[in-house]
Amino acid sequence: MAELSFTQEELDEIEKIKAKFPTVKAATLQVLWVAQRKYGHVEPEVQQLVAETLDLPAAHVHGVASFYTQYYKEEMGKFVLDVCTCLSCQLCGGYEILHHLEDELGIKAGETTDDGMFSIQEVECLGACGYAPMLQVTNGVYVNNLTEEKADELIKNL
Amino acid sequence: MANDWRSFEPLLIPDIPNLQKIDVYEENGGYGALRKILNDTEKWSRENVTNEVKQANIRGRGGAGFNAGLKWSFMPKPDGGPRYLACNGDESEPGTFKDRKIFEYNPHLFIEGALIAAYAMTVDTIYVYIRGEYIDWVHMLQKAVDDAYEKGYLGKDILGKGVDIDMHLTYGAGAYICGEETSMLESLEGKRGYPRVKPPFPAQKGLWGRPTTINNIETLANVPLVINNGAEWYGNIGAEGHPGPVLYGISGHVENPGVYELPSGVPVMDLINEVAGGIRGGKNLKALIPGGSSTPVLRADQLEGVTMNADSLRDAGSMMGTAGMVVMDEDTDMVDVLWRIAHFYHHESCGQCTPCRDGTGWLEKILLKIKNGEGEVKDLDLLLDLTTQMEGRTICALADAAAWPVRHTINRFRDEFEARCKKSVHAVA
Ligand SMILES: NC(=O)C1=CN([C@@H]2O[C@H](COP(=O)(O)OP(=O)(O)OC[C@H]3O[C@@H](n4cnc5c(N)ncnc54)[C@H](O)[C@@H]3O)[C@@H](O)[C@H]2O)C=CC1
Ligand SMILES: Cc1cc2nc3c(=O)[nH]c(=O)nc-3n(C[C@H](O)[C@H](O)[C@H](O)COP(=O)(O)O)c2cc1C
Ligand code: SF4
Ligand code: FES
Repeated sequence: MAELSFTQEELDEIEKIKAKFPTVKAATLQVLWVAQRKYGHVEPEVQQLVAETLDLPAAHVHGVASFYTQYYKEEMGKFVLDVCTCLSCQLCGGYEILHHLEDELGIKAGETTDDGMFSIQEVECLGACGYAPMLQVTNGVYVNNLTEEKADELIKNL
Repeated sequence: MANDWRSFEPLLIPDIPNLQKIDVYEENGGYGALRKILNDTEKWSRENVTNEVKQANIRGRGGAGFNAGLKWSFMPKPDGGPRYLACNGDESEPGTFKDRKIFEYNPHLFIEGALIAAYAMTVDTIYVYIRGEYIDWVHMLQKAVDDAYEKGYLGKDILGKGVDIDMHLTYGAGAYICGEETSMLESLEGKRGYPRVKPPFPAQKGLWGRPTTINNIETLANVPLVINNGAEWYGNIGAEGHPGPVLYGISGHVENPGVYELPSGVPVMDLINEVAGGIRGGKNLKALIPGGSSTPVLRADQLEGVTMNADSLRDAGSMMGTAGMVVMDEDTDMVDVLWRIAHFYHHESCGQCTPCRDGTGWLEKILLKIKNGEGEVKDLDLLLDLTTQMEGRTICALADAAAWPVRHTINRFRDEFEARCKKSVHAVA
């Protein structure tokens, strides 16, 4: 990968984040988010960039990045489908949706399609239990009240 | 009164279009409680505000049910150094999806409540910690915070009354444990979310070692109601000893799942049958988890006369928790359900304490064996034994939260678990 760096605009955003807290360390999670939005993941060289930008030990940034599940530790598909199979979603067919998507895309949870378009992950409760079964697309949009048809449409339209 | 629930008018998320907009909120009396206090700080001294809230007995809506005003009163006397209010919007307990309603439909009510709390505790910096998955809701709240700054409700010299309070939003990145209050403080400090040993409680030593109070989002949204109408009025809503409006999140096998605001103390069966439209497809009720996945499951035959408040649920053998009610119909496989709950807690254990790290692993592993028809009846007793070894021996309550469902689901559905075991023994023989 070419030399990584933040743009001036991103550095300004990072300054704003730092200003919220009395310590620089407190900005770690948010700056990892800035980095992940830019590079799509926080592989070790991205973690290094965050550590250098904040002037924090690389081991600290690595420790944080590895603790939280939403940070992608490796490159993912263009669209990451986080399918909830937790309690309420399990009761309402979350596993059926997960297995249907796995069949349609020809991959298992934890894998990425060969064309790099889709990754599937099985995730814990996303706080949408009343709209189960559901999934979240790449840490963003919630897709609620899924049926197999709705799931098919989703992957067609993404 | 709880039996008036059918005529109850929502207070936290009333049916007013565009209430998330600051103008609409103001037109409907919004920020009136804050004005009332700041216009007469003699009558509404910090101490009097705290006492009023304490008397109202707002029980913490984050799940533990602790009296909010009482918690505020634990803050030490100001010494000139920083003091914090940390608002818990991590909302990750399976079955819980209520705080997001406040961010979406009535964010200013929460902001106003947090401001009053900050005033009462002489806090000048409020942090709001929201789970990372709720990024869209973070943006909704941020819009409301920006508007509140613009109108002079936040920032320096609020309403020209010489009070300075800032509110900063931040968000996590996927970790259930960060909802535990001391884990949340670690995460706010930019670290891995390892819970801290209590005591010292956060009021003594919280964010960056300074006095800090943690309250749930819904808890704080109740505060303006108390200031506007008084503790006595508030105490008359819903169940005695656990008053106020409650955001019930109903999910699972019901016709109309969703979040419903009603007084505390509504009969459980009314919530299932009337509010949520009954069991899906006309089936029969089998079981209910009343307040998020950590609260003990109750069989349908245990629910008669039970109402949604701390006392009634305790007498029935469970807990109020977050009022996230998970409803299960007659076809539900309790072994599968319990295995999935155990998987959740194992996945989310932070790994600091051996009884939790290893215990949650064993619970999941043994339950998987039983689920796959390879278990023996003695495994059930092993599971029960494990739960006692985990309980009360760890830094935070996650280990308890993992142990309770296992113990109570096995005890309350023992036949079903044994049948799964016995069958396999016969099959092998
Ligand atoms: N909302 C959600 O998504 C979730 C909620 N929960 C709930 O969390 C509950 C457990 O939470 P904990 O904070 O561990 O409960 P806790 O009972 O230890 O504490 C409750 C609150 O009271 C304060 N407190 C208690 N005793 C105190 C004392 N002597 N001095 C000063 N402050 C004191 C604590 O600091 C805390 O803020 C469970 O009952 C569960 O229902 C659990 C998981 C997720
Ligand atoms: C494992 C664990 C997870 C928790 N998650 C949350 C949560 O997501 N949101 C919340 O408000 N409280 C959560 N709590 C409870 C908090 O520790 C704390 O009691 C609460 O935020 C205090 O606010 P309240 O008194 O207003 O309810 C959790 C507790 C434990 C043990
Ligand atoms: S009880 Fe579990 S989650 Fe809590 S601190 Fe110990 S290991 Fe971590
Ligand atoms: S169980 Fe799937 S969103 Fe809560």
